[in-house]
Amino acid sequence: MSMNDASALPALPGALRLFLAPLPLAPLEFALQRLVTSVGRRKPGLFARLGRQGDKVFLVDPTDLPFAFLMLPRRDGPRIEARRRDNSDGWDARIAGTLAALLGLVHGTADGDALFFSRDIVIEGDMEAVLALRNAIDDTELDLVAEMAAMFGGKGERVERIARRLVPMASRLSGLTLTRWDRS
Amino acid sequence: MRSPHVPELVCPAGTPAALRAAVDAGADSVYCGFCDETNARNFPGLNFTPAELGEGARYAHAGGAKVLVAINTFPRAGALGTWHRAIDEAARAGADAVILADIGLLAYARERHPDLRRHLSVQAAAANADAIRFYVEEFGVRRVVLPRVLTVNEIAAINKEVSCETEVFVFGGLCVMAEGRCSLSSYATGKSPNMNGVCSPASHVHYREEKGELVSRLGEFTIDRVPRHEPAPYPTLCKGCFSAGDYRGHVFEYPVSLDAAALVPQLLKAGVTAFKIEGRQRSRSYIRDVVTSFRRAVDAEVAGEPIPPGALQRLSEGQTTTAGAYRKTWR
Repeated sequence: MSMNDASALPALPGALRLFLAPLPLAPLEFALQRLVTSVGRRKPGLFARLGRQGDKVFLVDPTDLPFAFLMLPRRDGPRIEARRRDNSDGWDARIAGTLAALLGLVHGTADGDALFFSRDIVIEGDMEAVLALRNAIDDTELDLVAEMAAMFGGKGERVERIARRLVPMASRLSGLTLTRWDRS
Repeated sequence: MRSPHVPELVCPAGTPAALRAAVDAGADSVYCGFCDETNARNFPGLNFTPAELGEGARYAHAGGAKVLVAINTFPRAGALGTWHRAIDEAARAGADAVILADIGLLAYARERHPDLRRHLSVQAAAANADAIRFYVEEFGVRRVVLPRVLTVNEIAAINKEVSCETEVFVFGGLCVMAEGRCSLSSYATGKSPNMNGVCSPASHVHYREEKGELVSRLGEFTIDRVPRHEPAPYPTLCKGCFSAGDYRGHVFEYPVSLDAAALVPQLLKAGVTAFKIEGRQRSRSYIRDVVTSFRRAVDAEVAGEPIPPGALQRLSEGQTTTAGAYRKTWR
């Protein structure tokens, strides 16, 4: 599947945003930190490719969600923090777009330049850092289903098998690319 | 009618993942560069270490594709070793050819690695038969990448007069200037595309929302400003919007990209050996879509079938495409 010929990317329904808005961020941040730590161990090449740009702070801002993420992709211990939009300062570079656009970039169904020029994503701040992050993620060929399953250690394989059965329907319902393009 | 010969589809790879995507999508050759100023796409997070190039070459060869290594910037005085090492590393990694622009590097490659094919980069701007013959006779160049300033008829005329292969761009970003001789970015940023390997370096590019408009700047220069629903402006001076006298607009070049898919039959008749897709700075998603589209176009032409319509406009820089100089018109 490719998003490159899509004329418009889906946005999550406003009702979902309203439902998520009052929820506490700590459980989400805990889960995401575990995921990022696991990715850091399994994909060291991502951080090598980032080079000195890994010292920067990135705000990843899914505009159809009521919160954003501060990412600190440090080679010796990557960190992620969930933030409300009114408390999301302190970044070097901001990458904003719908969750569909951001997941499309991670999973290799969308092209960053095309999304930028069509204004489906907005980039602010340190362009050098953004380019390095985009290129490093694109080369890493991440698959978030596989990465999430890996967090379960020995049970990961079983978790992944179950998740892969659910992903096609979840993708159809949400319009999101939930797994790597060649595994969907 | 079937095509007179089967062209080579030469595809970009900025990362090992992009290389695999290009090979899997049907590239005949993949071109790439090292993570330094020896190639003209020296962008952050892009390119190959020598070890990655070796692995990439093995992957490409297993898939029946060749690997061409671009070492196509001009060495800085006193720093030749960096460029010489790049040629040595390319040979060691199993590259099928090096793409060079500088005559000193061509001489070095010919002397040290005589069996390694030498291609002349578009950065050398060899735009006529005499210039090309010089590179062929003096440095044993086997293929010349033609500058993007020639019409199809001019390309045909050159092919009648030269003994080497020619390669032309069929898709991707365009340069308005003769490649290798443009100083616009150097003037604005102090970094030379031709020596440091990066036009409009990201470290000097800034986008900012101002009064409902998106403004792009390169260093101290405002390049363009566009209202909310227009495509984002391109970050190079050559595609900027300026005032000159009473005229306000794209003084040098419109922000469009090349798409010569429809010209594949004419370019083949003009004797072109290889079709090149620009975009080492682009994602594996772009590579997969563009290579697949051109693979279909080339295969259709070779089989004597109509070329299927492409849908690549959204992938082009500026979101608009042109046939470039191949169909030259004047404003």
